[in-house]
Amino acid sequence: MTETIPVTDSHGTVPVADPNQPLVSVRDLEVTFRTQNGPVNAVRGVSFDIFPGETVAIVGESGSGKSTTATALMKLLPGNGGISGGEVLVEGTNIVDHDEKKMAAIRGGVIGYVPQDPMSNLNPVWSVGFQVREAIRANGVASGKKEIEARAIEVLQQAGLQDAERRLSQFPHQFSGGMRQRVLIGIGLGADPKLLIADEPTSALDVTVQKVILDHIESLTKDNGTAVLLITHDLGLAAERASKVIVMNQGRIVEAGPSKDLLTNPQHPYTQRLIAAAPSLASRRLESTSAREEGADAATFDMAQMAERRAESVDADAAPVVSVKNLTKDFSIRKKGFRSEPFRAVDTISFDIPKGTTLALVGESGSGKSTAAKMILGLEEPTSGEITVNGTAMTGVSRKDLFKLRSRMQPVFQDPYSSLDPQRSIASSIAEPMRVHGISDKSVRRERVLELLDQVSLPAELFNRYPNELSGGQRQRVAIARALALKPDVVVLDEAVSALDVLVQAQILQLLADLQAELGLTYLFITHDLAVVRVIADNVAVMERGKIVESGSTDEIFESAKQPYTQRLLDAIPGAGLDWGV
Amino acid sequence: MSDRHPDHYVAPVDETQPGAVDQVKLSARKSNMWLDAWRDLRKRPLFYVALVLALLVTVVALFPSWFTPLDPNAPGACLLADSNGAPVDGHPLGFTRQGCDVYSRIIYGASTSLTVGLLVVAITGAIGIPMGAIAGFYGGWVDSFLSRVGDIFFSIPYFLAAVVVMSVMSEYRNPLVISFAIGGFAWASLARIVRAEVLRNKNLEYVMASEAIGRSRGSTLLKHVLPNSMGPVIVTLTLSLGAAITAEATLSLLGIGLNGYMSWGNEIAQAQQTLRTNPSALFWPSLALTLTVLAFTFLGELIRDALDPKARARR
Repeated sequence: MTETIPVTDSHGTVPVADPNQPLVSVRDLEVTFRTQNGPVNAVRGVSFDIFPGETVAIVGESGSGKSTTATALMKLLPGNGGISGGEVLVEGTNIVDHDEKKMAAIRGGVIGYVPQDPMSNLNPVWSVGFQVREAIRANGVASGKKEIEARAIEVLQQAGLQDAERRLSQFPHQFSGGMRQRVLIGIGLGADPKLLIADEPTSALDVTVQKVILDHIESLTKDNGTAVLLITHDLGLAAERASKVIVMNQGRIVEAGPSKDLLTNPQHPYTQRLIAAAPSLASRRLESTSAREEGADAATFDMAQMAERRAESVDADAAPVVSVKNLTKDFSIRKKGFRSEPFRAVDTISFDIPKGTTLALVGESGSGKSTAAKMILGLEEPTSGEITVNGTAMTGVSRKDLFKLRSRMQPVFQDPYSSLDPQRSIASSIAEPMRVHGISDKSVRRERVLELLDQVSLPAELFNRYPNELSGGQRQRVAIARALALKPDVVVLDEAVSALDVLVQAQILQLLADLQAELGLTYLFITHDLAVVRVIADNVAVMERGKIVESGSTDEIFESAKQPYTQRLLDAIPGAGLDWGV
Repeated sequence: MSDRHPDHYVAPVDETQPGAVDQVKLSARKSNMWLDAWRDLRKRPLFYVALVLALLVTVVALFPSWFTPLDPNAPGACLLADSNGAPVDGHPLGFTRQGCDVYSRIIYGASTSLTVGLLVVAITGAIGIPMGAIAGFYGGWVDSFLSRVGDIFFSIPYFLAAVVVMSVMSEYRNPLVISFAIGGFAWASLARIVRAEVLRNKNLEYVMASEAIGRSRGSTLLKHVLPNSMGPVIVTLTLSLGAAITAEATLSLLGIGLNGYMSWGNEIAQAQQTLRTNPSALFWPSLALTLTVLAFTFLGELIRDALDPKARARR
């Protein structure tokens, strides 16, 4: 690799120390946690350098040790963890043996930090201004009331908050998620640190907001020559934003290098798997699929191949299984006193889903997509409009008929950790729909449960086990098995893969595609993630503020979206802006 | 090594071979909330001490004649000649002022104390659980109404209420009445706990899934939400068993407790008068009361710790 990378390490206006000396240098870092079951090595022998002004990304799944590595750089590990080996050199000094007082000078001043969840990282009882001033005072960037105030305003302005002066006296609940994240970025950059650690800074935000925030971090740090350590689970995002990518798995670095080189030419089987499974990269790699096929083992799920196969199998002439006409839902929102105001969550939406196909309902939070799904599942009464399933109207029917209709439609929800009753065995959870719908013969239910476990590729030994022994992906399989128990026509997947790690997500998407082909299922796929849509959906409907703003086949939407909103969503897919140069 | 543009590093594959994606790894033994809690309890010595004590009290209450050949209720069981007598053979704890055998009265008093304790727990649960569950699960005006009723009862100290009730009901001083007097005013805090637990559970996705299957609201509450809310309820009820036994004893001590029943509270009340001359007549029933209450309190707290994975991890 002699080719230089035209990336973010260009130097800004602020003079940087020797650009060829690493700002932070991590050597053979080991982090150990004391747990009930003995010590656990969360980080094992990790080494890397961060040079002034460059952006480095650590990519990994949950539990890979990426966040632990980042917190170890600031020695902010939780109480039961500690650095058990190696060294962390910040500007040439080893900080492993620094006490709290010395660390306080480094935190904020040399290394700034932007946490993951903007909703819980601002103290709700103090005004935003108080919290910004607190950070400025602690870092000693300014002294005196006036100076601090002025600096606080400057920080918020830099963070892109309009009207910063008035905003200072407001409280966190008056800010949206994106604005709170801007405040946190402002605090993180308040003392002009040389390195900013951003730990999944946007994973709690809507995709379009995500892009804006990342753009903002990029431009701010570029201007000041600040180096960035970006922690993320999204390879596409890492490649797009960083010049160097480090891939971690089980506490070790499995592969590291210049981002473009790493993505186009992954060497380690784990990285290869990650890239194949990343839906955000799938669309970009359609050309190069065959090249990678020979290296792929059985455990690799190739999203690009899936997308291609899907495109072949569409049968456009099939009769609609689900037909929604002018569906509307009003909620009343309580105002001061006894007044209430109507709020239209879903606004006259209409769509059909042909048998055996997948319709993706895409939108950001608050777009009404989940409310629409709940109405279709009969969990929420529509204000007006019609829902027809297999020719039978669902609205205005008796409870008995609705009960029967319910067996035709089953949901899979987002959070694998709450979608199964923790006190019921796996078999009992899967068999519940059958019990409720009057299949009283125990042996019949048992047979069916075993068949379903097999269909979702879970071992039969799980029969008498409980959900707490399973991982998120495995729980989601159980939830799918439960949804399939009554042989429904339609499965409503409400963000069903959003909470899963990339590899597991790919596996579940594969399973869903296989089941659709095998059982002729019709899916309504609710998601905020357009990247996933590309590999699973035949048709797409984009929702914004309760309305469907654009709909069409997946290819139409991805190749020639007409609405600016859709275009914004598409642009926000991490990795979409990558120049692959293939 | 410190190079601004490092080479593409790849870890040795044989050391970092990625395993199968999301493989099912089952531990050798089953695991769920109650099983885990039980495994934790089994490892704690204090649990056995508390359990043995609680079981002993229960057996004594059920079969007092196994533990003493004397029947304190029999006519002529107390002889004034023995008044305030020291322990002698067959009467290991001595005599009361009335010349009654202290040991056999403690043994026979256990059944009354435990009956009151269990009745109070039953009454508290029978009112508190449905009130809290219905308020939390159905919400809206139902919640407002039931919660306000609960607030009213919560604002009345249950012991004060029991004193008033027992003073009025002076002719019916039996275990059932005293239990209603205590339990009828003590359920509000349990209802609050149940309501909070139900609120926490009712928005979880398995509840939505259960309704999407076609289960009715009521059935979902009974089959999914309530069972998952029982942890704190069991802890609270175990703790309140001890409190109820104490309350009964206190009411009896004040002279408005049970009338004509042998109970630890009554024994303590009577022994008060001879505190200077015969303190042991006061000491033994007090010890029985303390140990019993302690046993149930420990049980409740141990179960609470065992059910809480965070508390388990701290040890």
